[in-house]
Amino acid sequence: MPERAVQLAFAIVAIPALLVAYQVVAERGLKLLPRRAVRALEAWVWVGPAAALFMVFLLLPALGTVILSLLDRRSTGFVGLENYANALANPDFQVAVRNSAAWLIFLPLAAVIVGLLMAVLTDRVRYGRAARATLFVPVAISSVAGAVIWRFMYDYRPPGADQTGTLNAALTSLVPGAAPQAWLINAPLNSAMVIVAAVWMTAGFCMVVLSAGLKGMPPELLESARVDGAGEWQAFRRITLPLLAPTITVVVTTMAITALKSFDLVYVMTSGNHDTDVIATRMFKELFSSRDVGYASAIAVLLMLAILPVMIWNLGSFRRQESMR
Amino acid sequence: MTVVAGSRLARIARSVRSTPIHGLVLVTCLVWLVPSIGLLVSSIRPAHEVATTGWWTAFTTPFEFTLQNYEQVLTRRGFGLSFMNSLLVTIPATILVVIVAAYAAYAFAWMRFRGREWLFLAIIAALVVPLQITLVPVLRLFNEVGLTGTFPGVWLAHLGYGLPFAIYLLRNFFAALPRDMFESAALDGASHRVAFFRLALPTSVPAIASLAIFEFVWNWNDLLIALIYLGGRRDVAPLTVSITNLVASHGEGWQLLTSAAFISMALPLVVFFTLQRYFVGGILAGSVKG
Repeated sequence: MPERAVQLAFAIVAIPALLVAYQVVAERGLKLLPRRAVRALEAWVWVGPAAALFMVFLLLPALGTVILSLLDRRSTGFVGLENYANALANPDFQVAVRNSAAWLIFLPLAAVIVGLLMAVLTDRVRYGRAARATLFVPVAISSVAGAVIWRFMYDYRPPGADQTGTLNAALTSLVPGAAPQAWLINAPLNSAMVIVAAVWMTAGFCMVVLSAGLKGMPPELLESARVDGAGEWQAFRRITLPLLAPTITVVVTTMAITALKSFDLVYVMTSGNHDTDVIATRMFKELFSSRDVGYASAIAVLLMLAILPVMIWNLGSFRRQESMR
Repeated sequence: MTVVAGSRLARIARSVRSTPIHGLVLVTCLVWLVPSIGLLVSSIRPAHEVATTGWWTAFTTPFEFTLQNYEQVLTRRGFGLSFMNSLLVTIPATILVVIVAAYAAYAFAWMRFRGREWLFLAIIAALVVPLQITLVPVLRLFNEVGLTGTFPGVWLAHLGYGLPFAIYLLRNFFAALPRDMFESAALDGASHRVAFFRLALPTSVPAIASLAIFEFVWNWNDLLIALIYLGGRRDVAPLTVSITNLVASHGEGWQLLTSAAFISMALPLVVFFTLQRYFVGGILAGSVKG
């Protein structure tokens, strides 16, 4: 362990020093070149490292994966779209797609509803700040810790034994005659329970973003609606909701991406067993358990395709924003 | 008299009407708190108690609490080393992302060069790319050059995957700085290096702090990158990977799992409660556009 501390101290000093030295050397180097070359190269001193990393870690590997998805499991022979056909016909993959679709619908829906409700309601109570902090805490912790927390909540003991899981204890003591449930084993309940854990982890994020959106709204509008005799619900529906729509869209798309990429919670809570796999965990299994590179790559490409609409939408809204600058 | 009664009536009416609000807020807070409290309480209960009774019975006599679980997890289960590994993954990776992204963001905001628009659009597109699409080729590259299972390898992976968000956030911030500041510096003959280190950086401390804290928590909490690029080696595994292994091998050893999970949560929680403003700032800057 002392060895780790030394390594850490070294990295903390050396990395910034290297990166600053890089700029000093690059500037000196540029001075040796003719003026025209300097003009063309100067900016690349600044974006160069990032652009190179972008190529090495994102662009080229993404293209590489598309190619690998057209090759066989050892990446030696060309098989065309066979991996894709196999994936779409494979029952395990179909389960993963169904589950990811459930994540995609229910995670944004539940997290945004809870987040919006709490953003609006905590604004009206004196302990609002504390309530918001309470909801936000899970956002700061890892999905791995969240998975342990919820596995413990869902812990199952046979009927008759003392239930140590909070949910089963609540169920058996509040509902007379109810049997404890194996929450993480029985499908499709188990996927729903993992999504519940995901809502617990992300609703605070939605709330914070929506809350900031609410604070940015002109209060006069709501006041005048109230003066005109609109009830609270009316005012919310006619004024708050439409004004908040752009923020809600951003939150929903962020949650949709989170849902499609979900991996950690499923991997730690159920390992994808008992039909809880999602696309990301399925791909991981095909790669590291079945060692089928072509097939795993095809799954990764399909995941990318599912995310593509959001990416295009993002680019469109960025361009609109820039043209307004 | 009637006026007073009227206002009291109105006050009562108002508080009756707001009861559902209080109820809803408090119940939601309770639902959000209970899981963490159960974890925390279980982590300081003796093993045999945790295995046989619910954590809520800890509040009835006899009160039995212990720090043994933590001792066992930190020493015998090697979570002390995992904690150091987490630091050694997270801190250098965060420093790298912030500085490299700041260089690029400065160029995107204040320099003209060929391909600028296209490159920035590519970065916006990369904001949502699932890292699964890059996994196999990067892993092969790492195996080729011997970076798999090394800390510099994970730093580079975090750097590569973290850059789009970091550049996006800082570029928006830099671009909002006053143009005059940079123009007059250029007229005085200041180089871009001077303008960056003397003007852009000092005026952007809040944005950089937000990004650094956000990246720190993000990297600390990561499982996937560590799982893949550290290649399952125990001696370099950070907390998230070690906990995942512990779940797989001791899924019912709740006294160990709860204390291990709490060890991994401690640092993000401290960061969250002391630097909440910056952390939330980072999240807002990354999500709310325009």
